[in-house]
Amino acid sequence: MLNKKPVKLLAAPALLWMGVLFVLPMLMIALMSFLKRGTYGQVVYEFTLNNYVRIWDPLYGQIFADTLVVAILTTVLSIVCGYPLAYYISRLEKSSQQIWLLLVMIPFWINFLVRSYAWVIILRSQGVVNTILQSLGIITEPLPLLYNSGSVLLGMVYTLLPFMVLPIYVSLEQMDRRKLEAAYDLGATPWRAFWHVTLPMTKTGVVTGSILVFVSSIGMFVVPDVMGGAKSALIGNVIQNQFLSARDWPFGSALSIVLMLLSMLLILLYFRAVKAGEAKEGAA
Amino acid sequence: MKTIIHLDSIEKSFHGTVVVPSFSLSIEEGEFLTLLGPSGCGKTTLLRMIAGFEEPTSGDIFLDEKPLTHVPPYQRDMNMVFQQYALFPHMTVEQNILFGLKMKKVSAAEQKQRLEEVLQYVQLTELRKRTPKQLSGGQQQRVAIARAIINNPRVLLLDEPLGALDYQLRKSLQLELKNLQKNLGITFIYVTHDQEEAMAMSDRIAVMNKGRIEQIASPAEIYNHPQTLFVATFIGENNIFRDNGTNTAVRPEKIKLYQPEADKDKHKKLGTIADAVFLGNLRKVFIRLDGQDMTVMAHQYAGDGLDWKVGDRVAIGWAQTDEVILTC
Repeated sequence: MLNKKPVKLLAAPALLWMGVLFVLPMLMIALMSFLKRGTYGQVVYEFTLNNYVRIWDPLYGQIFADTLVVAILTTVLSIVCGYPLAYYISRLEKSSQQIWLLLVMIPFWINFLVRSYAWVIILRSQGVVNTILQSLGIITEPLPLLYNSGSVLLGMVYTLLPFMVLPIYVSLEQMDRRKLEAAYDLGATPWRAFWHVTLPMTKTGVVTGSILVFVSSIGMFVVPDVMGGAKSALIGNVIQNQFLSARDWPFGSALSIVLMLLSMLLILLYFRAVKAGEAKEGAA
Repeated sequence: MKTIIHLDSIEKSFHGTVVVPSFSLSIEEGEFLTLLGPSGCGKTTLLRMIAGFEEPTSGDIFLDEKPLTHVPPYQRDMNMVFQQYALFPHMTVEQNILFGLKMKKVSAAEQKQRLEEVLQYVQLTELRKRTPKQLSGGQQQRVAIARAIINNPRVLLLDEPLGALDYQLRKSLQLELKNLQKNLGITFIYVTHDQEEAMAMSDRIAVMNKGRIEQIASPAEIYNHPQTLFVATFIGENNIFRDNGTNTAVRPEKIKLYQPEADKDKHKKLGTIADAVFLGNLRKVFIRLDGQDMTVMAHQYAGDGLDWKVGDRVAIGWAQTDEVILTC
């Protein structure tokens, strides 16, 4: 029998790390959201609900709504692009799989900011794409490829795709291929076998990937900042501004708390929907 | 008897290595045929070719005289019971069993009726709403069988279906499977490495070794008249006497032991008792032959009045009719 006490201690470094660097700041943010901003941007220790009242301004409502739409679209597009890629990789020989997985992860080796600016160079009016299309005579005026919600979406999916591909790949790898053979044996065409067996059996990967992508995209501010321009501000940018430019930490904190609660609510709804889907499948 | 499946000089290689050398085989309608052999002998590959999961490198497979070689598994009128069952974990017992009918778009009314019949048949009615994880090994095995037979296949392929179960359960399920096959009249092609299982259930056994079918015959024929050295030694226990390149096999239960002085006309060889092992219903006696580097095993049943001890001199003999000359 393993002694329980030393084993428990193994979790201590991680718990300490999380406690000091995650839980404490979270509590501070929660506390700060009920405080007042001083004239010079300092925090005044006086209780108020004003920060939360301000959020009801339609301006912020619109930004929250935009952010959610972008985050949901990013998640859906990541599934649509990520699942087939993960499926393709999982069907390769082991040695090719390693290479493809490496290719999926290589973008992480380059600084995130640098990669976003690389997209600016590709997409701007005098950028790579427009220059080539113009020199080929396909277009006369440069296309507005940058600084719109399309370019933000492109940047988001580009940045977050690995978070979708990797969990789906893992669940495809863990799936017992004989289950698929059993489906064929019972008369399922490859497409129906995928729909009734592979997809439900790799649902965990899709759910994990979706949450990773959704949560990352909902708070994302670098991509909309660099590729979206001033018009496409998302809630991440607003929060960043409150802390850095506007120096209104209490309001920034209140926005963060609302954003967090909203993501949690949406993830909860997502889980519900997945469960309901299962129940429906069960009744069929 | 009508041929249901015919394999015409099929061969299978993987990456240029031949795993199943070319051979032909006809399987009769309603027959219980077992592919028996040690692991890696190609029996599963052969079964998978019939099911359509592997394509033979050359040769053709016919079902009811129609070529089947390039027909995908989902269009073949046969079903398989997989090793470890391969049940769908995200579906209930009922959904697992109905999967095939659903794929074939059978009407809801007929689905329901056949489901009830099959559930009753395999005694799973109570467990219909459970998922595979909530079932014991034997129950999962019954789901796997129900999932296959509900489709009324012409042929049922079984890949070591009892391999994952404990000994007692295996014994009782052997009988159940055999009865099922008789009652349904479906052709069974059964893969196993367990010779006892093969003996107990099959109409014919194909003994396989290194991808080759060494002999295909009834269990009694395989046991009493093995054709090759492999079959003679793989099935049951045997004594092989080598003489000028001819191998002669005599089963231990056919070897008779004599006192060196008595019944001299029945003696074939002389030796010394090397060991005697008590096994309850019989004793296994090992005899070291004189002048030969060979030990013969004989079965001695209780009550023959002779009590052999290690070191005793002994003569052995057997009837001419109990000798089997092995062709290769």
